[in-house]
Amino acid sequence: MTSFIHPTRRGLLMAGGAGLLAAALPGHVGAQAAPIRIGFQLHRTGIGAAYGRWYERTAQAALTAINEAGGIGGRPVELLFEDDATDPKRGSEVVDKLTQQAGCDLVMGTLFSHVVMGSAPRAAELKVPYLVCSEGYHVASGALNRWTLQPGITDVRAQISTMAPWVAANLGKKVTMVFPDYAFGHDHRDFFTAAIQAQGGEVVAQIAVPPTETSFTRYFPQIPAETAVLYHVMVGPAVLTFVKELGEFYGTGAKPALFGFVDSLEAVDTATPGLEFLEGSHFWEAHPRVKAADAGEHEDHYRAAVGVDDNGASVSDAKDVSTYSHMFSTWETLYFIKQAMEAVDYAGPADRQKLVEAMEAITDLPYGIERPQGAKRFNGKTHQVFGSQHISQVQGGKLVKVHATTIDEGLYEDAVDYTSMSF
Amino acid sequence: MAFGPFLLLALMEGLVTAAILALAASGLSLVFGVMRVVNVAHGEFYMLGAVLAWAVTTMIPGPPAMAFLAAVLIAPLLVAALAAAADGLILKRLNYDPEATIVATIGLLYILQQAALSLYGPNANPVAAPFTWRIQLPWFGYSGYKLFVVLAAILVLLALWAFMTRTRAGLVMRATQVDRTTAQAFGINVDRVYMGTFALGAGLAALAGVLIVPVQQAQYLMGHDPLLLSFIVVIIGGLGSLRGTLIAALVIGLSDGVISMFFTPTLAKILATLLVAMVLVFRPQGLFGAKA
Repeated sequence: MTSFIHPTRRGLLMAGGAGLLAAALPGHVGAQAAPIRIGFQLHRTGIGAAYGRWYERTAQAALTAINEAGGIGGRPVELLFEDDATDPKRGSEVVDKLTQQAGCDLVMGTLFSHVVMGSAPRAAELKVPYLVCSEGYHVASGALNRWTLQPGITDVRAQISTMAPWVAANLGKKVTMVFPDYAFGHDHRDFFTAAIQAQGGEVVAQIAVPPTETSFTRYFPQIPAETAVLYHVMVGPAVLTFVKELGEFYGTGAKPALFGFVDSLEAVDTATPGLEFLEGSHFWEAHPRVKAADAGEHEDHYRAAVGVDDNGASVSDAKDVSTYSHMFSTWETLYFIKQAMEAVDYAGPADRQKLVEAMEAITDLPYGIERPQGAKRFNGKTHQVFGSQHISQVQGGKLVKVHATTIDEGLYEDAVDYTSMSF
Repeated sequence: MAFGPFLLLALMEGLVTAAILALAASGLSLVFGVMRVVNVAHGEFYMLGAVLAWAVTTMIPGPPAMAFLAAVLIAPLLVAALAAAADGLILKRLNYDPEATIVATIGLLYILQQAALSLYGPNANPVAAPFTWRIQLPWFGYSGYKLFVVLAAILVLLALWAFMTRTRAGLVMRATQVDRTTAQAFGINVDRVYMGTFALGAGLAALAGVLIVPVQQAQYLMGHDPLLLSFIVVIIGGLGSLRGTLIAALVIGLSDGVISMFFTPTLAKILATLLVAMVLVFRPQGLFGAKA
């Protein structure tokens, strides 16, 4: 009869062996129970809902890929999505909730600039890294803080400074701008006006449209007759109405050349009836929605992972068009987090400051599956990433890439040095 | 653009706004006039009309014109049925007490809005217009469908006027509006009149929503603006007066079109709100309302 008090020799050997085996296991197996938690501030409802839907899908796809490859530093990763209703006030509450209640290591994912502006101060108070996917110039302008970074998408200022020379050389020099009347639109207004002047052109009229507007015909008569190029960038649920009414207004009559930011068409099918007038017009794209003939080697893998076909629509529903020129930023931001966390051997919230410093130290971000949109260069001082841009033309109802810019074309002087600020 | 065509476009845009506003506001005005209920959920009936129009047109195959015709018939009826149920389940049980019904309809607003969010989702979805005919004027092009909206609104409002003045049901409704107790004493089933009125008011808002959806898109938050503008129109026109509502809708719609085109849309809203304030100060019963 054996017992714990009088163990057999065989029992002792087995227990000893098991102990040795457990000690020999790599450390991360023991840490499986403590995943890295990343909070995602999501525009699931409100005016940003179309973007939110695709931001969630893209981030989920990147999460799956990262976890299948062993997670971050050997630890599994969790994403916690929380809806902010595309509302600045709710935005700061979401940052709070994700950090304090859900215990997230950092927060990411915000697109709309007014939500970024409303949430970033709270992130700084909580001393939690806040990684936005927003395009706004607000990060690089110095208006925000040490805890807010934009590592996944270039800002409007860089995008515009690469577009203005092309517009002036190919479309015309007298430009009328139509833009949403808040921070993001004002970035377009200010930087494009300056950039086209540098090319010897001028902005002949600036037409600001409130972001909640649902009817646009009333704004079009303000477009001066001398306009050679109509520059449009609209956002929100009414973008389809905007382009349709623009088509009705000009109809078969004479019209200026159209140059739009694809924001005016994100989540909208370019072949929608009523949009025929867009044929031949040009759009800025960060990441060509319709797979380009010379697309990089990782393009197919990325599209398959997110569930997008070669036309940029959902593989399960061809009518569900993606926000292709923005959503890659969530994918690239997740890989940026992975790179920084692994560099500092991130253990938990106590390492948050070290993590931001590691992010600031990152510079070159080469093309790869981590960055399906293309190579990037991160500026640790301004917390802003720089990348290449594209111009596409609507041909046969599809966006066809016709021009690409280099990273260098989008660089500009630093307006701030966040690394000199205190945490 | 020269002044003439500029003004023409402003007036056309204003007429479309006025037409939609007249439909939605006449529903609000009717409900207040007959039932003395300030229906804060009115904008949500408008939204439901648009959302149901999307649902109907996506479910019915065939040419856009057929699907849209089906939506024009089905969506307002469904919304009216929902409103009738809300009347029986909520408003009737509150004995149509003015304060209680305001709070109840605020609750109804949130229930309908969040139900639309849960069941329909947060996206703005387009509905194809029944026809794509477009007018090309020498100075600008204009959507033929928008002119159809104006025409349709005029026809519906004429039908409403005929219903109120020429039919027995209209007579009963007007009798209830003048004096509820006496109407009851004459054997009018006031509960049924109230239910019918609430359904009719909601149906008119839903019809406005169906008509506007090919121009805009169906989205769960779209009820805000028409609610606000309907209240402005109804207050200026006089609560309960259909004629006042129509004239106020024309004034607000056209001034909105002209002012937002020559100046800014914000200024148009400021002036409309100022007009409401002025009416409330100098003629609290509204331009055509009877003294309370």
